Amino acid sequence: MAIRIAVKVNGRAQVHDVEPRLLLVHYLRDVLSLTGTHVGCETSLCGACTVLLDGQAVKSCTLLAVQADGADITTIEGLARDGQLHPVQEGFWEEHGLQCGYCTPGMILAGVALLNENPNPSEADIRRAIAGNLCRCTGYQHIVNAIQSAARKLKQKSRKKS
Amino acid sequence: MIPRGFDYFSPQTLEEALALVAEHGAEAKLLAGGHSLLPMMKLRLAAPGVLIDLGRISDLRAIREEGEQIVIGAMTTHAEIEKSGLLRRRAPLLAEAAAEIGDVQVRNRGTLGGALAHADPAADYPAAVLALDAELTLVSQRGTRTVAAQDFFVDLLTTALEPGEILTEIRFAADGPRTGSAYLKLHQPASGFAIVGVATRVQLDSKGKCEATAVGVTGVAPKAYRATQVERALKGKALNERIIAQAAGKAAAGVEPLSDLHASARYRKAMAEVFTRRALALALERARRRQ
Ligand SMILES: Cc1cc2nc3c(=O)[nH]c(=O)nc-3n(C[C@H](O)[C@H](O)[C@H](O)COP(=O)(O)OP(=O)(O)OC[C@H]3O[C@@H](n4cnc5c(N)ncnc54)[C@H](O)[C@@H]3O)c2cc1C
Ligand code: FES
Ligand code: FES
Repeated sequence: MAIRIAVKVNGRAQVHDVEPRLLLVHYLRDVLSLTGTHVGCETSLCGACTVLLDGQAVKSCTLLAVQADGADITTIEGLARDGQLHPVQEGFWEEHGLQCGYCTPGMILAGVALLNENPNPSEADIRRAIAGNLCRCTGYQHIVNAIQSAARKLKQKSRKKS
Repeated sequence: MIPRGFDYFSPQTLEEALALVAEHGAEAKLLAGGHSLLPMMKLRLAAPGVLIDLGRISDLRAIREEGEQIVIGAMTTHAEIEKSGLLRRRAPLLAEAAAEIGDVQVRNRGTLGGALAHADPAADYPAAVLALDAELTLVSQRGTRTVAAQDFFVDLLTTALEPGEILTEIRFAADGPRTGSAYLKLHQPASGFAIVGVATRVQLDSKGKCEATAVGVTGVAPKAYRATQVERALKGKALNERIIAQAAGKAAAGVEPLSDLHASARYRKAMAEVFTRRALALALERARRRQ
């Protein structure tokens, strides 16, 4: 049984016939070749596979591609605009928010989801927002700093606009 | 970690879903948020031949007031319950429990109906729906029936759901005056599930004495339960720290606590007492603020 799905990934429309058991993370990596979304634990625990589904952070290893039919999906590849990194990506770069980089795409998307909903997060808000993302390298402090730095940048940007 | 192959249906209405469930029988499993079922399917602990996805039935996803009652559709996510202004205002206990579930990603996908139907002994909602005296609506092609939360949880991972039935909504009374509630949880540090979770609702009478309390406990026994001995010990009393502490000593009376590598039976029993005491004290404080 193959099911036709139509999704928008990083702004581009995609239509594919998929097996119902295909996990969203495998659809992104193997069908669309978007390998920026990582597979860590495969057991819903580490958050390395986090993507945005209609703006919300989800673990793409615990979602069938067919469940995402009709959805708007953002992966790490979809954050930069016109060669300009997203402020959360810049924050991770400037504040040393990564070491090996394995958790980074998921962490960044969890950070983006947080800032979309809450532009002024406290440190506790940030730690709560990344509680579903494990990092074995950084000890988390630099990740928190990176998201704080991104929050400041986004505020400056919106001030400039208004 | 790939599930066994299956056929997939995504009905748009409850009627279509009920027809599919009836047609496919025991071979089929309902899919809600998938955050208990898909992990089990990936480990091949479950291998249904047919999945019926409730995710497209928008009628099942809502939080509304009906007079003094709150009604929540089974497909409402943990995140929607956590952030509901209506619940925060009129009956915050379930929202407080939802906020304690897993992590952001889990709360964005997992649903109330899925969590209740799964009936994990360490899940958070069961304690809250017991303390709220919630009623669950179960629908099949044979008809609709209402089951009290007390009768819904039957045993470890076992509920009163019969083959062919879908849990569609739960309902409970909004908090009245002089009522306060609290959910407190001891997290298992790795999984985040409850080693002990205690949901309480305290209602005071016009003189400030205890009119009624409800205490739901999860994590301790094979199924969540009401600590009725605690409730009886408090009824009619002018509540204070000492009386609450004494009553909380009965939090695990009559139950045989679970024992596993995360917590021994003795530890669970001790923590049931501690968290019952703290949850009652917090609910009392909140009830007094709503005089
Ligand atoms: C990393 C992680 C951490 C978690 N931490 C916690 C935690 O701290 N506390 C907690 O309580 N839970 C926790 N959970 C479980 C989570 O809350 C699940 O969302 C929940 O247990 C199941 O809900 P679901 O919507 O995902 O259901 P599904 O997984 O889709 O379904 C679960 C079961 O219920 C059945 N079912 C679903 N909907 C219905 C319905 N309407 N009528 C009849 N049967 C139905 C399904 O057939 C299946 O058997 C965690 C899960 C993960 C992956
Ligand atoms: S790979 Fe999805 S949570 Fe770890
Ligand atoms: S940077 Fe290595 S796991 Fe986070």
